[in-house]
Amino acid sequence: MTRRRTTVLTVLALAALPLLFLAVFFAYPVVRIVLLGLHQDGAWQWHAAWSTLADPGVRHVLWFTTWQALASTGLTLAVGLPGAYVLSRLRFPGRSLVRALVTVPFVLPTVVVGTAFLALLGSGGLLDDWFGVTLDSTPAAIVIAHVFFNYAVVVRTVGGLWSRLDPRQEEAAMVLGASRWRAWRTVTLPALAPAVAAAALMVFLFTFTSFGTVQILGGPRYATLEVEIYRQTADLLDLPAAAVLTLLQFAVVLVVLLVHGTAVRRRTSALGMVAAGQAERPPRSTGERLFLAGNLLFMAVLVVVPLAMLVLDSVRSSRGWTLAFFRALFAGGGDSTLFVPPWQAITNSLRFAVLATVVALVVGGLASVALARRGTGRVGRGLDLLLMLPLGTSAVTVGFGFLISLDRPPLDLRSSFWLVPLAQALVGIPFVVRTMLPVLRAVSDRLREAAAVLGASPWRVWREVDLPMVRRAVLVAAGFAFAVSLGEFGATVFLARPDQPTLPVAIARFLGRAGEINTGQAMAMSVILMAVSAASMLTLERLRPREPGEI
Amino acid sequence: MSLLTVDDAAVTFGDAPALDHVDLTLEPGEIVSILGPSGSGKSTLLRAVAGLQPLTAGRILLDDADQASTPPHRRGVGLMFQDHALFPTRDVGGNVAFGLRMHGAPRAAAERRVAELLGLVGLPDAARRPIATLSGGEQQRVALARALAPSPRLLMLDEPLGQLDRGLRERLVQELRAVFTRLGTSVLAVTHDQGEAFALADRVVVMHDGRIAQTGTPQELWRRPADEFVARFLGFGNLVPATASGGEAETPWGPVPVPKDAADGRYLLLVRPGGVRLAAPEAASLRASVTARTFRGGPADSVTLALDPERGPALEATCRLGDAPVPGSTVAVAFDRDEVVLLPQ
Repeated sequence: MTRRRTTVLTVLALAALPLLFLAVFFAYPVVRIVLLGLHQDGAWQWHAAWSTLADPGVRHVLWFTTWQALASTGLTLAVGLPGAYVLSRLRFPGRSLVRALVTVPFVLPTVVVGTAFLALLGSGGLLDDWFGVTLDSTPAAIVIAHVFFNYAVVVRTVGGLWSRLDPRQEEAAMVLGASRWRAWRTVTLPALAPAVAAAALMVFLFTFTSFGTVQILGGPRYATLEVEIYRQTADLLDLPAAAVLTLLQFAVVLVVLLVHGTAVRRRTSALGMVAAGQAERPPRSTGERLFLAGNLLFMAVLVVVPLAMLVLDSVRSSRGWTLAFFRALFAGGGDSTLFVPPWQAITNSLRFAVLATVVALVVGGLASVALARRGTGRVGRGLDLLLMLPLGTSAVTVGFGFLISLDRPPLDLRSSFWLVPLAQALVGIPFVVRTMLPVLRAVSDRLREAAAVLGASPWRVWREVDLPMVRRAVLVAAGFAFAVSLGEFGATVFLARPDQPTLPVAIARFLGRAGEINTGQAMAMSVILMAVSAASMLTLERLRPREPGEI
Repeated sequence: MSLLTVDDAAVTFGDAPALDHVDLTLEPGEIVSILGPSGSGKSTLLRAVAGLQPLTAGRILLDDADQASTPPHRRGVGLMFQDHALFPTRDVGGNVAFGLRMHGAPRAAAERRVAELLGLVGLPDAARRPIATLSGGEQQRVALARALAPSPRLLMLDEPLGQLDRGLRERLVQELRAVFTRLGTSVLAVTHDQGEAFALADRVVVMHDGRIAQTGTPQELWRRPADEFVARFLGFGNLVPATASGGEAETPWGPVPVPKDAADGRYLLLVRPGGVRLAAPEAASLRASVTARTFRGGPADSVTLALDPERGPALEATCRLGDAPVPGSTVAVAFDRDEVVLLPQ
């Protein structure tokens, strides 16, 4: 047997569990729901499918989904790149705090982000009070919320590479007569291209499939495909239309992933890298200090103001400051909104998220170990792509697919507690892989060989060489998986039983009810959710691996 | 019984042979250098012996046992990597103790052994130092101590001194030889530097394009390079086609005396630079102008001269500083029979 075939077989053995997991809990439910929509009464419903695609309303949704995702991605890159520079190349007091702070929005549940911007831009919000301007139910609100949400993706992904790029390359270009801007554009930007492309891909996927944020801010006029899928499935019970929309979204995402994969592979070039921290320096000129100050001010406005508004709205009512909303969460039994005391949503969320994190770590970890092996070629790239797909697939479809496909033996999970954690793990797996894979790939093969020659068996090589290096990455991956599970909304909203709501589900239900006490409780719950997410993320920021991750 | 036998070993990457049917033996206690330019297959040979690179054909035997189905961690050989490959998550002591732990050595015995080896490589108090604080030379010593710790039956070194500066290299190569001789270690060392190979080894194997071009003691190699490649790789440039008959050869430079026992025929003729002697102008038949002179220093006050003879290709000669003519002057050249080697064409 050749070495290459051995490698491919090892990879497949390691990837067996992840593949099985994806087949049962991702491919099967999605295929079932698509079939359910397209294949009715023993015949393919091509006509219905075609009429859905021909519907001007659907085309409008597709157009809106695409342009708002492109606008959000472009704007996030435009403001995120200077931010990445400031946080990766300039040294200033309080930098690690700022770095942690800008990450908070990313781990916030989309429902909370929507709520925060509703508090800021909606009627009765800050902008309304001060300038009489309301932006809710406008594309502007959606795009701004998306920038808020994804700013950290650009800052962290691009900054991770930028902080290690050898500054002498840019200096060499300037010595050769290039202006600063030209040196950046011709030397640094191409070197950053893989990270910029990765960040753009993530932001595009997140915003293209955005659900919670658009659901809250879009109003009746603006919907993404994901929101439309939810509407067709849950409100109109038009499964054929939902199936067509799911396939449409899936197709766009697949094309984007393939284009990205090809572009990145062609771009791989040798980069001059320096140790982390070597390329940083304090700002030197007045211009640089102004640039730094401007960026910090922007981060403060972008990140702090919406979060502060959320906190403010949770502790004030029309009659002044109050803790009534928080008290209401913990007082009393269930009512018609939640059926259970609201605080139970917190314990539900935590329990689901812990289980989902464990599942995501095991499945994503095994997949990462498999993918990190060299010489896996086409098989490895295919697996990599497959693992990214859950990010770009309609969470609503996955949720509803779970309901209709995992409902009979041997897999009857309808009444099982596991339904929600399994769906949440699916969303967490891409994050685990994106965090662990770069670190595992950075472990030099030489070290593994050195350990083997010194008498370490393959298993001990993994334990003695790989594990100590990825331990921190595992913690970070766990944090992402936990935060993402905590905030998962699209699938959970289908799967959580009425008497077992999670925090995002409860928030959405409160928001769906009129009355100050309901809105207030939604805000209070968002604050709690934000605190839990932020606390888990800040703990992990302290444990951040020195190696650059992709997120 | 040989310690190591490489029997007709071949490795191909794609279609390109990296190791082209190589045979090699190594006796217990012997120090052998593999010398060759980059891409000649020497590192591949080490990796094959360590079990890190599967063979396409042939066998590798250690103590006469075929290693085909023995994985690297059961071969009992040591390998010191070119980039040292020290474990960054462990300190110096943790690196040196690694192999001992893998072989199940008791903790106290392992600690004694680590202290002993760090003393041997001249870093007696470094056990608790992090790897990142070590200089290149210190890393090299730690890598050596780590490879020696489990007492491998064969120690292999891949460009052990490659990244160090010249002065340190010359000192370390002496130290390495002293350590190996004292411990009786069998060593297979790969290098592209002939000085390093000659100083370290009892026997030198020159590799070229995945094949063994010549094997011999350093003196044998220097006296009688086997072919044009080995001669040029050792730095010899005075090579011309020649036809020998009766103790003399006809060359582009004119007649050159050749070893008396040489059979008549066509050869490639090499004159070592020391054999190009400057003579009084009227006594010799070949005149040459001096185009450059490079002072080499060293105890012999050696100077290398570049000569442009009136016929034939450029010549390189060495002489003492005091005898060196200035560039631009004309000298007469004579050839020393003892410094002439006839190579196959």
